[in-house]
Amino acid sequence: MKVFKLVILMVGFFSLTPNVYSAVKGTVRVDGSSTVFPITEAVAEEFGKEHRKVRVTVGVSGTGGGFKKFTIGEIDINDASRRIKAKEIKKAKKNGVKYLELAVAYDGITVVVNPKNTWVSHLTRTELKKIWQPGSKVKTWKDVRPNWPDRKIRLYGPGTDSGTFDYFTEAINGKSHVSRSDFTKSEDDNVLVQGVGGDLDSLGFFGFAYYVENKKRVRAVPIDDGKGPVMPTLTSINNGTYSPLSRPIFIYVNKIGAKKAQVNKFVKYYLNNAPQLVKEVGYVPLRAEEYQAGLKKFSEFAAL
Amino acid sequence: MIAMAKSKALGTGIKLYLMACVSLTVVVSGSVIVLLGKESIEFFSQVPFFDFLFGSRWEPLLEPKSFGVLPLLSGTFLIVVGSISIALPFGLLIAIYLSEFASHRFRSIIKPALEILAGIPTVVYGYFALTFVTPILKSIWPETEVFNAASAFIVVGIMILPMVTSLSDDAFRALPSSLKEGAYALGATPLEVSIQVILPAASLRVWAAVILAISRAVGETMAVSIAAGANPKLTLNPLESIQTMTAYIVQVSMGDTPQGGVEYLTCFAVAGLLFVLTWSMNALGSHFIFAKGKN
Amino acid sequence: MAFDKRKIFNTAFFWGCRISTWGAILILGILIYHIVKQGYPWISENFITNFPSRFPHKAGLKSALAGSLWVISFTALIVVPLGVSTSIFLEEYAPRKRYMRWIQINISNLAGMPSIIYGLLGLAIFVRFFNLDRSIWAGALTLSLLVLPVIVIASQGAIRSVPQSIRDAGYALGARKWQVVFQQVIPAAMPGIMTGVILSTSRAIGETAPLIIIGALSYVAYLPEGPMDSFTVLPVQIYNWASRPQESFHGLAAAGIMVLLTILFIMNFIAVYIRQKFTKFKY
Repeated sequence: MKVFKLVILMVGFFSLTPNVYSAVKGTVRVDGSSTVFPITEAVAEEFGKEHRKVRVTVGVSGTGGGFKKFTIGEIDINDASRRIKAKEIKKAKKNGVKYLELAVAYDGITVVVNPKNTWVSHLTRTELKKIWQPGSKVKTWKDVRPNWPDRKIRLYGPGTDSGTFDYFTEAINGKSHVSRSDFTKSEDDNVLVQGVGGDLDSLGFFGFAYYVENKKRVRAVPIDDGKGPVMPTLTSINNGTYSPLSRPIFIYVNKIGAKKAQVNKFVKYYLNNAPQLVKEVGYVPLRAEEYQAGLKKFSEFAAL
Repeated sequence: MIAMAKSKALGTGIKLYLMACVSLTVVVSGSVIVLLGKESIEFFSQVPFFDFLFGSRWEPLLEPKSFGVLPLLSGTFLIVVGSISIALPFGLLIAIYLSEFASHRFRSIIKPALEILAGIPTVVYGYFALTFVTPILKSIWPETEVFNAASAFIVVGIMILPMVTSLSDDAFRALPSSLKEGAYALGATPLEVSIQVILPAASLRVWAAVILAISRAVGETMAVSIAAGANPKLTLNPLESIQTMTAYIVQVSMGDTPQGGVEYLTCFAVAGLLFVLTWSMNALGSHFIFAKGKN
Repeated sequence: MAFDKRKIFNTAFFWGCRISTWGAILILGILIYHIVKQGYPWISENFITNFPSRFPHKAGLKSALAGSLWVISFTALIVVPLGVSTSIFLEEYAPRKRYMRWIQINISNLAGMPSIIYGLLGLAIFVRFFNLDRSIWAGALTLSLLVLPVIVIASQGAIRSVPQSIRDAGYALGARKWQVVFQQVIPAAMPGIMTGVILSTSRAIGETAPLIIIGALSYVAYLPEGPMDSFTVLPVQIYNWASRPQESFHGLAAAGIMVLLTILFIMNFIAVYIRQKFTKFKY
């Protein structure tokens, strides 16, 4: 009894927040990728300051988990770190869910080695493929380039069901989910940083933001896609010279949602403020004209 | 007269209510079996049962795909055996210390403090294993991988220790003091009293505590994923990185796998196998307890 | 000679017990030290009263804290009576027949099911079938299922340990069965039952995966106004911060863990107090 009363008191105390009213109200339901989440959170935070009566809720069930809910119309917007897949498109069609794909930012997948690794100056796309393709015969650094040390190469990467892995395999090996399987996987990119940072012979990959925050613990490898080695930076990812590992990340908007005033305003706010907010959370903004094109596409989509 | 009838009616009412509560547990189990069974049957229509149960390579997402569950089994086995071999002996020693040797004040502070160990979020244990335990292991055995099973089962052992300690301590204290006093009167040392009198007398409750602890160890996912990585490997070497059945289930259900495909169904097949295994373990354990109880 | 050997073993045993206990305390200390070292700089009044934000120094736990309190209160309200009732039936009323053993095995089995399965179950039953959506009710019900076996097993042990003499005395005085059970046995078993409650609520408050599956959110900028509202909880918020690349978010996560542990500590303290009080019924 005492406990119950205490708890009710605490809950009551926390409920005492002032309410500021604005014109637009309702909910905006977002779910999906944990990669896109920081951007959506930033947008929701700023949007919420201007439209106090609108409730924006954001979940992180994963890109796939988000699509499961999106394709049956349970959520308005899905954060996606990869494009929608054939099976998901079919499901959306079956349930009468019409949607629009909008790119919101770039992420550069960064290939990293241990800071004490002195021999890797850069890697070519072909070399990456040689290392990561299924059935790869590469066991030592020497197998990649004959003048590199004869030490065992140890590979690290995100889990096989993550969007990062998906894009990497598609870009390097030509098809998504096609890769050698004997690498150390981890679900948490922070953990991968620890792994690569603690292992001299390591070679791994993860999102740009994780590299930027850990420059002391890992070293990025410039990638040569035929035009010379390019380091991943804000500029090179934005203008596409960091290739092929620059990937767009998306939001998918439900047609029914797009017609609701609060969702409509939210998406427009998203695209208008992305250039600033995306940078603040460690991603790379699209070019200005790409955002404009997106806005136009969305207005047309919502009007139909 | 009326008071007696009311009292009797209340008694029957209570009995019915209690029965309803118990039936709920059966309903829950039933739902789980239906949920898992339905999808597992679908899975086995696409993957031969024999390949699943006895295959030694688990690679459901990458080509060439393989659905042999043994690596996940060995991963779970390593974690469970490792963590219990830490939690059981130390848990019992601490419980004996708290109930036999420690002062009342000491016990009243330490027991709740240790129960906090059970409440620390598993994410913390995962990072603790990675940043504290693994370096220590590496300095003793240099061939330890960055992600390894030993770190994982050490921290899982710490995590389940309070369960063994608290429940055993309760069990020891609930024993009639005449039991212990008799033994001491005969000149036994505390060691002998603990091992030969207290433990056997409380064994039922201790066993229940162990089962609860093992159950938690089996179901532990996040700490294991962080500390041991996500590499299904058929090995008994604790210095290597592995993946457990539950960690795999979490990976699939929270990840990106599209619904309906074989990869997605693996989640239910593995969960189904886990269900069957824990059921058998419990049934076996119950057999022993039943036989013991008869004495 | 024989006595000396026994004495040596005994002293070794005693020290083994002592070292184990101090070892466990030491480990607890190290864990807490690590957490506090990283999290302490981030503890402030703002931290408790702010909503989450992309700016670490602005981010706070308000919604997660409220969500956790709501969910745990409802979970406890559901599962404590349910679990204790189930154990009462199993120990006091159940016929000693074969099928009861299967029910017992069933409960032990449920205790061992990974929490993620309860998440999937909760999603299918509470969120979809009962149409509770991603609400606090759905979360509390799912967690209740999860910790129910723990309470049942712990309470069963406690009830079983109550000496038969207590019950016999009650019957001898002419009490009915339910009077003996609820007025004598349960108070006597209360310490053990409280241990079960403590262990299970500690577990529930730290659960992440099943709640994410049933739809606990990661960004919530309002407080729940009722049990049908959507929500977020402390461990989900902590996990979210811990997986960000920025070091400041890791500090926030550590601070969040400090808050979680404090709540845990308070909950445990209240339960232990109740446990001590009932232990006065020593026979």
